[in-house]
Amino acid sequence: MSNTISEHDTDVLADDTTSAAIDIDREKGNFHYKEDYAYDAGIGLSPEVIDYVTKVKGEPEWVREFRHKALKIFESKPLPTHWATRDLETINFDEIRYYLAKGQKPSRTWEEVPDDVKETFERLGIPEQERRFLAGVEAQFDSESAYSRMKEELTKQGVIFVNPTEGLKEHADVFRKYFGKVIPAGDNKFAALNSAVFSGGSFIYVPKGVKVAQPLQAYFRINAENFGQFERTLIIADEGAEVTYMEGCTAPKFETATLHSAVVELVALKGAKIQYITVQNWSNNVFNLVTKRGVAEEGAEIRWIDCNIGSRLTMKYPGVVLKGQHSRGEVISIALASDGQHQDTGAKMIHAASNTTSNIVSKSISVGQGRATYRGQVTIPKAFSHCKNNTECDALLINTNSRTDTYPAITVRGANNSTQHEASVSKVSAEQIFYMQQRGLSEGEAMSLAVNGFINDLVKEFPMEYSVELKRLIELEMEGSVG
Amino acid sequence: MPTAILSQETIDSQITDTAVPALAKLKQAGWEQFQQTPMPKRTMERWRFANLQHVTLEGYSIPAAPSADLQKIILDKSNLLSEISARLVFADGYLIGTDSLPSELAAKGVILAPLSEAAQKHPKLLEKYLLKSGTELGGDKFLALHQAYLSSGYVLYVPKGVEIEKPVVIYNWAVSAGAAIFPHTLIVAEDNARVSVVDFYLSFDETSPALATSAADIHAGAGAGVFRKSVQNWNEASQSYQIDTTHAEQDSTITSVSVNLGAKRARFESAIQINGTAANVRLYGLTVADRDQEFDQRTLQVHNAPGATSDLLYKNALLDQARTIFSGMIRVAPDAQKTDAYQTNRNLLLSPEAEANSLPGLEIEANDVKCSHGATTGQLDTSELFYMLARGIPKETAYELLVFGFFEEIIEKVDNEELAETLRNFVQDKFRRRETKLSVS
Repeated sequence: MSNTISEHDTDVLADDTTSAAIDIDREKGNFHYKEDYAYDAGIGLSPEVIDYVTKVKGEPEWVREFRHKALKIFESKPLPTHWATRDLETINFDEIRYYLAKGQKPSRTWEEVPDDVKETFERLGIPEQERRFLAGVEAQFDSESAYSRMKEELTKQGVIFVNPTEGLKEHADVFRKYFGKVIPAGDNKFAALNSAVFSGGSFIYVPKGVKVAQPLQAYFRINAENFGQFERTLIIADEGAEVTYMEGCTAPKFETATLHSAVVELVALKGAKIQYITVQNWSNNVFNLVTKRGVAEEGAEIRWIDCNIGSRLTMKYPGVVLKGQHSRGEVISIALASDGQHQDTGAKMIHAASNTTSNIVSKSISVGQGRATYRGQVTIPKAFSHCKNNTECDALLINTNSRTDTYPAITVRGANNSTQHEASVSKVSAEQIFYMQQRGLSEGEAMSLAVNGFINDLVKEFPMEYSVELKRLIELEMEGSVG
Repeated sequence: MPTAILSQETIDSQITDTAVPALAKLKQAGWEQFQQTPMPKRTMERWRFANLQHVTLEGYSIPAAPSADLQKIILDKSNLLSEISARLVFADGYLIGTDSLPSELAAKGVILAPLSEAAQKHPKLLEKYLLKSGTELGGDKFLALHQAYLSSGYVLYVPKGVEIEKPVVIYNWAVSAGAAIFPHTLIVAEDNARVSVVDFYLSFDETSPALATSAADIHAGAGAGVFRKSVQNWNEASQSYQIDTTHAEQDSTITSVSVNLGAKRARFESAIQINGTAANVRLYGLTVADRDQEFDQRTLQVHNAPGATSDLLYKNALLDQARTIFSGMIRVAPDAQKTDAYQTNRNLLLSPEAEANSLPGLEIEANDVKCSHGATTGQLDTSELFYMLARGIPKETAYELLVFGFFEEIIEKVDNEELAETLRNFVQDKFRRRETKLSVS
């Protein structure tokens, strides 16, 4: 079904004139610094590159083996174009830099952070005051953490918030126990790629019963041409612990395509709660191919709150394996696809115990020639009972040439399990627009208000500063989309 | 004479025996296509969730004609409906009985003919319509095989403005063990014509395995009305592959009811191509799956023209270790504004061992549309059960009433009490054969 649309895609992407017309304000991210990287593994992927990365990072032997194994898997797996878009074929894996770093250890204090990095943060608009409210900031500059800081009380509570390199060295026991267990290297081609070359990302451990009051936050940046980011994030919430993690990204514009392929693993032990919030706003040339999955033990809860605005192609289907009884999984997803963009997002819920519930709410907006796709999987195997899933996908099409697709797959066995899936496609009604215009709004303002209304209930799920930014981004995106 | 369907000699002799050159050419092309097309694989998106273990073409042959005695018995059994306008009876691919159209219809130009006859008398009709649709739902290997061995089947042609009140009824019987049969339906309803057709797919006994590869092509001209009912009740030793394509022109009305009860493994592909504005299409499906049956249903609603409506409702009830797959797609082309398209799949799990797979899909390229799909999988409503028990209805009866109530929504859509009653009996037979009673959880 999906491989038939590739020609359409290429047409869409070839059309820059229309994209210029209604492009959003990404100027704040549209700057570039001289590339001055202490370590650069060169272009392309090979066992030597992996040995180099391992050596530079000073990783133990088991990590080196893990990476090499993953590379073999990556090479052996075909691109998933039998269901995914053939736009993937345009990625030239031999032209990508798989590793480069500032070559410094994660900084502990703000003073230690190099000035040009600080400048990048300024341009990103992270105010100094905001940082005070953040429990800890792990800001990623290219593939290595350039800056990380944690409030003292977090450290006192025993919360670990470091990058994965530090995690695997300093906290080997707990890191190794869970790393690559939720998403094995062989899970899919891009998870294998990440497993081979990962660098950067976060490792978080929240001890038993600790409830982290403030969200942990990380900012990601890409700042080199032809350079893909391969963050690896592992979050473990021990029994009864609670944590919210926020990931947001912007990227400068580049001439050539950039690959971003992250792997995020969440482990919520008995009664724990993890909430993972993402605002993805890469520039329109980024391939964003992400694998995100969590395991929820007995009574645990995992929520993915996901918003995709940027990138050329995003493929991301956050999942929850409901492993323990009475565990709960949720995916809240907003996608905005403008000209030249394909947001291929969705959710996966694997019910692996009785009395588990899951909920998926996905809303997408297609503007201009943008394409939004929902792809979902809900599985309730036999031997379990009283499992429930609810899925709702709503798509809004703004222009006559906008496109949306829905590809859910639901498998149900067992006794007293039930699933419910609903999807609808609609446009903003002419009456609504007319009504608002009667009250003095321009057509564009009316449209953006209607669109914001469409996703309003989901935007509320994001922390305040994100929801304000989201609304603004959507307003900008809607400008010029009508008339 | 060689008869194994996979052998080159069999197809060669079949083609040599085909009197009409155009037909022989078509069969040759079908065989070549068949050989080039790979068998379905797990990795094929169109075969997702399908259990391919029982998908095999090995061991089937072109059967000989049933004996005269047998033919007589079969003909006697082919009387499920009495109010009909014509009847054709095929047994193992051989036409064994014909009740011709009333002469006034024939005088108006209505044609009902087996393919072999139509090929000689109406070559232009076949040239225009016969096996032109193809399939994009995954069954191309089976459709090619069907084309190669095309023999039994019929053409129903209704000229402009002609209305046929009572249904045309076709019986396709599978008789001998190992028989490969290839029933074909071609319905052409010209502008403002009206017709109703019932295709029965039945087995003579409960144990003889057959391979049935059926195809139907339905063309509804502007303002035409086609009501097609297909009843698949092969025995549970058989494999069934059915590929249906319907073309709807402007203002046409299509209603299709597909009842799937039989076969060990049944694949049903149904594609609707809406090419005319304001066409109105209703698609209903009912499947009752028990034991280790697998029903694999793939549907496609294509809106190429604006202002049309299509509405699909497929209901599956699952018992024992049965499996069902419903994979539906609504595709709205960029120019098909003002489309209303709906798709609903309801799965009723009556056993903890059964498995229902649902893949309801949408591909929408126009913005001024109303499209939605819904899929639910669950058990009987316990509050309804409670209501009945509270009114003194025994548990088993209440249970059966609720299950049959689930079916009734589709059964009544056939809009023919005699056929509805036949369907109820088929379903009841299926429940009656079961060794274990329905359990109430």
